Amino acid sequence: MTSKTVLHAKHLEANAKMVDFHGWEMPINYGSQIEEHNAVRTDAGMFDVSHMTIVDVKGEQAQAFLRKLVANDVAKLTVPGKALYTGMLNEQGGVIDDLIIYFFSETDYRLVVNSATREKDLAHMAKVSADFAVAVTERPEFAMIAVQGPNAKAKTATLLTAEQQAAVEGMKPFFGVQVGDLFIATTGYTGEDGYEIVVPNEQAADLWQQLLDAGVKPAGLGARDTLRLEAGMNLYGLDMDESVSPLAANMAWTIAWEPEDRDFIGRDVLVKQRAEKSTDKLVGLVLEEKGVLRSGSKVIVEGGEGVITSGTFSPTLGFSVALARVPRSTGETAQVEMRKKLVNVKVVKPSFVRNGKSVL
Amino acid sequence: MSNIPSDLKYASSHEWVRNEGDGTFTVGISEHAQELLGDMVFVELPEVGDEVDAGEDCAVAESVKAASDIYAPIGGEIIAINEELEDAPETVNNDAYGDGWLFRIKASDESELENLLDAEGYANTIDED
Repeated sequence: MTSKTVLHAKHLEANAKMVDFHGWEMPINYGSQIEEHNAVRTDAGMFDVSHMTIVDVKGEQAQAFLRKLVANDVAKLTVPGKALYTGMLNEQGGVIDDLIIYFFSETDYRLVVNSATREKDLAHMAKVSADFAVAVTERPEFAMIAVQGPNAKAKTATLLTAEQQAAVEGMKPFFGVQVGDLFIATTGYTGEDGYEIVVPNEQAADLWQQLLDAGVKPAGLGARDTLRLEAGMNLYGLDMDESVSPLAANMAWTIAWEPEDRDFIGRDVLVKQRAEKSTDKLVGLVLEEKGVLRSGSKVIVEGGEGVITSGTFSPTLGFSVALARVPRSTGETAQVEMRKKLVNVKVVKPSFVRNGKSVL
Repeated sequence: MSNIPSDLKYASSHEWVRNEGDGTFTVGISEHAQELLGDMVFVELPEVGDEVDAGEDCAVAESVKAASDIYAPIGGEIIAINEELEDAPETVNNDAYGDGWLFRIKASDESELENLLDAEGYANTIDED
């Protein structure tokens, strides 16, 4: 039995090819994944991300709970609306999930976690929260639409109320604000400007239609994957999972080591790994000749080997790029086992495209 | 249900073959195959002059989703390849039976055509997928 988002009918209307995505029937594309990708890089596209799980955390000890639960420190958040990306770790320092946390006050936060990990995330949060005066509440009554691209904000503005426009005017990246019925955030998963909009289920189809009428192109999970990969953003389950340390997943920047007495789950293991430099690292790979790097392929480097965690053809660059977990000793080149032969690839920082342009 | 022209022959591995009437045969992949693969990003073709056997992998269609071997539906000599695909692999998606053709073979044994499927036979194999 697969679940459907409230936008399911809108996808069918737009001739989407639907696939099963971790139990959700979701659009993989609406004809051409590459055209959808390019729409987001050059104009404006939108994604139904209603399958993602919204969890509100409220209560006297909301801050204390989150300071235990995640590797980054929510105490750094002081401006209402500010968001934080981080990982929720297990005692072994593996990543249970990555998530975004929006701060409203020290007793009021909103979390957005992955859909594929929903059940274990909720179970883990329930377990950890038992020791805190806090209420953890899933919000299935909301849908979510991500509008992304250089023209995304301008096109969205045409359908906002004056009050909503005023509230988002000049809002910096990684902020969110509740205004009227919409929660509008300057977050995303594409490396472009834009919004993620949380909308009550019963209003979602209308909002989608208004965005369509404003010239925003529907984009499917296929384009979402190539966009996030070009932007060097991790996908849970591929680039990291419970067996992978955030230090091996380009997530060191999402760990707050100070203050030293903050005892977040997984801290002891990470401190040791950091001191001993014992983990692999996540790098970017670039293949400038024909062919497409694919996840699971072996990467051969000086003195060892690694694995491609995500690989794709980059429509923006015109060649293939990948994320790979490799030994720390890896230098500037590597070889990848591809269809019975070895090909040479360049090793780069795990980020390829930002705001429509190559950062290689 | 995707388009399966009745004037072509098909291999169960999703290649189509058009008899050009002069002992040569044009080969491409079916509309169903390009739908399965999604947006094409690279097409690797054999070289003109290559000798291929029926069933030999001689080309690769690489899409955003996967790399897929293309098999020669019949044996013979490669006498032409679609060089336009080098810069426009998406033609395979947009016009699978026309401008998206892959290569042309001069058959060494035309009786091998009899091993291929007609449109109805191919449609049945797709139904079973």
